[in-house]
Amino acid sequence: MARSVTAGTPAKDGVKKKSKTNKKWTLLVLPFIILSFLFSYFPLHGWIYAFYDYKPPLSLSQCDFVGLQWFRMLFGNKTQVAQMIQVMKNTFAMSLLGIATSILPMLFAIFLNEIKCKWFKSVVQTLTTLPNFISWVLVYSVAFCLFSNTGMLNTVLQNLGVIDAPMQILDSDSHTWLMMLAWSTWKGLGWNSIMYLASITSIDPELYEAARVDGANRFQLMRHITFPELLPTYFVLLMMSVANFLNNGMDQYYVFQNSFNKEHIQVLDLYVYNIGMTGSSLSLATAISMLKSIISVTLLVIVNVISKKTRGESII
Amino acid sequence: MEANIKKKKKHYSGSDVSFNIVNYLIFGLFTLICVYPFYYLIINTISANDLSSNGMINFIPRGLHLENYKQILQLSGLGTAALVSLARTVIGTICTVLASAFLGFMFTQEKMWGRKFLYRFIVITMYFNAGLIPMFITMRTLHLTNTFWVYVIPAIVQPFNIILVKTYVESIPRALQEAAEIDGAGIMRIFVKIILPACTPILATVAIFSAVGQWNSFQDTLIYITDQKLYSLQYLLYTYINQANSLAAMVRNSSGSALNMAALATQQTPTSIRMTVSVIVVLPILFVYPMFQRFFVKGIMIGSVKG
Repeated sequence: MARSVTAGTPAKDGVKKKSKTNKKWTLLVLPFIILSFLFSYFPLHGWIYAFYDYKPPLSLSQCDFVGLQWFRMLFGNKTQVAQMIQVMKNTFAMSLLGIATSILPMLFAIFLNEIKCKWFKSVVQTLTTLPNFISWVLVYSVAFCLFSNTGMLNTVLQNLGVIDAPMQILDSDSHTWLMMLAWSTWKGLGWNSIMYLASITSIDPELYEAARVDGANRFQLMRHITFPELLPTYFVLLMMSVANFLNNGMDQYYVFQNSFNKEHIQVLDLYVYNIGMTGSSLSLATAISMLKSIISVTLLVIVNVISKKTRGESII
Repeated sequence: MEANIKKKKKHYSGSDVSFNIVNYLIFGLFTLICVYPFYYLIINTISANDLSSNGMINFIPRGLHLENYKQILQLSGLGTAALVSLARTVIGTICTVLASAFLGFMFTQEKMWGRKFLYRFIVITMYFNAGLIPMFITMRTLHLTNTFWVYVIPAIVQPFNIILVKTYVESIPRALQEAAEIDGAGIMRIFVKIILPACTPILATVAIFSAVGQWNSFQDTLIYITDQKLYSLQYLLYTYINQANSLAAMVRNSSGSALNMAALATQQTPTSIRMTVSVIVVLPILFVYPMFQRFFVKGIMIGSVKG
C-alpha cells in the first residue's frame, strides 16, 4: 500500500485511499476488542443468576428457575426490607456526606492559592496528596496503629492519666458515618484540590487586575473572582458524584468493617459482597447488584441530560 | 496606575495579616495530619520495641535497631506476596501501557474499518458495570480464578487510558506519520518508531497511575484468589492486621536463637509486626511518589480536559 503512494500522483492517491477502509488494521485491534467484550460485556450474562436459585457447587442448569422471586423478596420480605432500608440509609448517608463536603477541595485550593510562600505551598501540595496513593488497607493499618485499643492515642492518654480504660474507637458503632467521612477526607482532600488549583492558574489575570483597580481587596477577589471562576469545574464534579450516588466502592468499608459497626458501615457495595461472597445467597446479591447497575446508568443518563440542558455540555 | 497596584500589594492590613497566620496554621496542621501517621509508623519500626509498645515513641525514635525488618522476613508468605505484588505491578503496567498506546493510536487512524464503532464499543464500558457476583462468575467461567493472570488480563484494556492516549496522539503533527508512510513504513513500524517515542509523557502518566493501582489493589485478591501463594502484599497485610497475635508467636518460635539473647527491645510484638509490614507496603509509594508527582498532576489535568 505504501508503494502506491510513492508511485503515481500522491494527491490523487491520497484521496482514493481515504475512501477505502483498512480491514487489516481492524484485525490488529480485534484481540483487544475481544478482551473488552470478555471483561465488560460478557459478565452481563451473569445477571441471569438473579432469576435462579443458584447454589454454588451445582451448575446453573441444575438449579431452579425462580423468576422474580429475589426481586419480590427485596420488596416484600419484612426482614429483608428492613435490612435493605438500613443499607440504603448508609449508602445515602455516605454519598450525601460526600456531596456536602465536596466543596472542601475547592476551598482548599482557593485558600492554598492565597499562600504566597512558594516552597510552603508546594510542600503542602505534595504531602497532602500523598494519602491518596496508599491503599485502603494501609489506611486501615494506620488507623489501627493510631486508634485501636493498644494504639498510639489510647496508650498516650492512659500514660498521661487522662483516661483509665482504652476508648473503643474502631470497635464501636458511634459516629461510624462521620468516621468514614473523616478518613475519606483525609485520603482525598489534597488530591481532589489539584484540579481546582490547576483551574485557578488558568483564570485570566486581567480579571484580577481590573478588580484591583476598582479597589477590591484580597477577600473580595477570592469571593467574586476565584470562587465563581471555579464553579463550572465544581459543577462537573458534583454531577459526577451524583451519577455515582450508589457507587461508594467497597474497599474502605470492607477494611473498616467489624462486628460492632456492621449495621452502619454496610453500604450497598459491601452488602452485595457480604451476602454474595461470604453469605449464602449469590442469587440475591446478583439481583441487588443488577438493580444497582441499572439505577446507576439511569442516574448517569439523567445527570447528563441535566448537564446538557443547563450548561450545554455533556459530562460523559 | 502600575505603581499604585504595586503599592497596594505591599501594604498588608490587619485582617490580612491575621488571615495569613490562620491560613498558614491550618495548612500546616493539615499537612502534619497527612504526614504524621507515616512518620509514626516508620519511627516505631526502628525503635526499641518495648518502648514502642508502651507508647513512648511518638516523635523521636529511640533505641534504634533493624531487628523488626530482619525478623519479618521469616514470616511465611511475605516473600511470595511481595513477588506477586511486584510481578503484577510490572507486568500489569507494561501490558496496559502498550495496549493503551496501541489502541489510542489505532483509533486515530481514520482508514481503519469500523473505527468509530469499535472506539465507542470500548469507551462505553466505562459507564456500566455488571457487578461483583457476575464478574466473579465470569472469571470462574474463564478459569482465571486462582491464577496470577486474573490480576493482569482484565486490566489490559482501560478505556480511560485509551482516551488519554488518543487525545495526545491527535495533538502530534500528522505530517510525522505521513512522512514515514511515504518512506514505506507499515503501521506497526510507525507505531513503534514514531508514536511510542512521541507519546512518552502521556504513557509515563498512564504507567504511573496503573502501577499505583496495581500495587494498591486489594479487592481482586479478596474476590478471585483463595490460593495463599497468590496473595498480594496488600491482602497479606490485611490478614496480618487481623491476626498479628498468632504471627508474633510464630516469629518468636521460629527464631529461637534470637530469643535467647533477645532483649525485650527487639522482641516482636503484634504491633511491631503490623507496623513493619505496613512500612514495607508503603515504602515503594513513598519513594516513587515525590519523583513522579508532576505526572500525576498532568494526568488528572488531561483527564479533566477530556472529561
